[in-house]
Amino acid sequence: MLRIFQRIRRTGHLTEPLPPTEREFAQLGVACQREIARRFQRSLAIRMVDAGSCNGCELEMHAVNNSYYDIERFGLHFVASPRHADLLLVTGVVSRHMEEALRRTWVATPAPKLVVAMGDCAACGGEFGVSYASCGPVSAVIPVDAVIPGCPPSPLQLLNGLLQLLQRR
Amino acid sequence: MSRIQTKNVSSGRVSDLSRDLIQTGQAEALPPWPGLQAQVQLPSDNWGVAAENAVRSGLRWAAVWGDHRPPAIQIFALLFGCDGHLLLQTHVSDQQPELPSQTPAYPAANRPERHLSDMLGLRWRGHPDARRWTRHQAWPADVWPLRREFDCQTLPPGPTPGDCDYPFVPVAGAGVYEIPVGPVHAGIIEPGHFRFQALGEEILRLEEHLGYVHRGVEKIAVGRDAAGLLRLAARVSGDSSIAHSWAAAQALERALAVEVPRRALHWRAILAERERIANHLGDIGAICNDVGFAFAQVQLSRQRELWQRRNFAAFGHRLLMDTLVPGGVAREPDAELIAALRRDGDALRTEVADLLPLLLEYPSLQDRLRDTGILRPDQARRYGVVGYVGRASNLQDDLRRDAPYAPYENLTIEVPAYAEGDVAKRVRVRGEEILVSLTLIDQLLERLPQGPLATPCNTRGRAVEGLGLVEGWRGETLAYVRLDATGRVERYFPRDPSWLSWPALEILLDGVIVPDFPVCNKSVNASYAGQDL
Repeated sequence: MLRIFQRIRRTGHLTEPLPPTEREFAQLGVACQREIARRFQRSLAIRMVDAGSCNGCELEMHAVNNSYYDIERFGLHFVASPRHADLLLVTGVVSRHMEEALRRTWVATPAPKLVVAMGDCAACGGEFGVSYASCGPVSAVIPVDAVIPGCPPSPLQLLNGLLQLLQRR
Repeated sequence: MSRIQTKNVSSGRVSDLSRDLIQTGQAEALPPWPGLQAQVQLPSDNWGVAAENAVRSGLRWAAVWGDHRPPAIQIFALLFGCDGHLLLQTHVSDQQPELPSQTPAYPAANRPERHLSDMLGLRWRGHPDARRWTRHQAWPADVWPLRREFDCQTLPPGPTPGDCDYPFVPVAGAGVYEIPVGPVHAGIIEPGHFRFQALGEEILRLEEHLGYVHRGVEKIAVGRDAAGLLRLAARVSGDSSIAHSWAAAQALERALAVEVPRRALHWRAILAERERIANHLGDIGAICNDVGFAFAQVQLSRQRELWQRRNFAAFGHRLLMDTLVPGGVAREPDAELIAALRRDGDALRTEVADLLPLLLEYPSLQDRLRDTGILRPDQARRYGVVGYVGRASNLQDDLRRDAPYAPYENLTIEVPAYAEGDVAKRVRVRGEEILVSLTLIDQLLERLPQGPLATPCNTRGRAVEGLGLVEGWRGETLAYVRLDATGRVERYFPRDPSWLSWPALEILLDGVIVPDFPVCNKSVNASYAGQDL
């Protein structure tokens, strides 16, 4: 137990400020915190839906939760059910086998029901496009409020995309 | 019980089986493709008997796939023994596509054969399960997307309904209840459906229903050029981008008889080991987190992040996608970055060597991981499980050591293995594999040969085919590629190791309590995208 405490003390605080080179971005973080405080009672709940992703986007979604990015400092956090969510973060070219599940998830989400399409597949169809097996971008199935391109988007791009959407609204 | 030091691979020899099949007139010898020990052609009626002989010889069943070449459908099955791989092939007419199933001999063939029924319309005699597997409601039962005449752009007339009536095996009895989970899960994870039948807290039976992320990988590969194929291969399963693109590249290069420069091979192996390390770091943390031990998650996700940042700096992509090109690699880091790669390796070794004992000896963590989700060695062998799931149950097969391909043939590969088969041992194997991979990266950088980064891949003016076989971080990863005379893909089949570990998850949950499902699932960490294709 002592070794664990020593280790935690030695590791210290890792969370990084948003890149100072991108002043706009850093200001975005502050602006969003204000916006989330005002409109979402300081916490914006995200439900992720993999609608046909290769799992690459999910890995980067995990990364925004690590100590360096710590998405929760902005009041954004991931929840287990769409019924608890303010925002759906959807990845993947929507496979036809996930089409109905995505639609039902959207129906289950309460207002304001924001939808963000993360990654090239979700944004425009990416490497997979429209075929017998996939519907193409998320916007082909449910209304989309913002897209975050990238294959996959980096954690900073993901964070930036979410913050921009919130500020825009 | 401690680590197993003796080498123990799938015990039989494929050359003995192929000789027996040929001598008894059941099969004809074929010149083996590069990378194979032997290859035989059988009449389709002998397909099931050959599998029965193979299982008696102690061979591991690795894969089955089909290729529609009108008016025939060519079918391939791959077996592995201590001397390498044996490819069985046969064909049936596309009008009468019926042959004996290999599932009675090898349960691992169950879902791959049903996938072929859904995709190519094959009918298996003696298959114990007549249900569909990959097909949900997006196309009708009498349409087969991998048939040549099927147009990839055949769109359904309207929205595809949910697959609500899949006939799960029912369990009845007083107090038995069902828990349906998915396809949308609670965590940040891929979609699939799990049907639990439980009595109190104990799981009586879990049945998986997958196929939700079927993106038509095999079909949309058709018509691509070699570079386009590798872009797709990198996205079969995003956590295994190197494993799948290396397997596909190797298949292409073997088909086209291209010799990849040694320097590029070293880089490919370095990329593959970096992918293994990144995934092991992330998953060990996640497994510990699934039993509430957040400390490990925080420490290891930190290491994973640093590793991925270096991936981006040195190779241009955090998940290493699109770093391989046909004939070699796309780029290499400069001398300064190579020095940084080595420094990173040393730093990570110190970190992991410090953290691993902490995790592996911490009583309240081990209390949850030990004896949880046991896959016995005989079960692992029966289901032919590969990778760390196999190794924790002493099915050691590691192609880097047991069927080495360049550049691993010149390296000593240590394969950690245990017999307990529980979550704790799967974690331990993965922790120790990180250290092995760090040593390999060191040696590969130390002996980095001079030379170009890629050889041009010229088409040969005729149709060619080849098989790629590499040891991805999840285990043996296979790619079959057939090109037409102009170098366009006619058939691509990637076999992710998850095809073999998903069935193992159902078995190792026997008697486990429902709340331990997440940690058991994470300890196997099969890919949904890689198996749904």
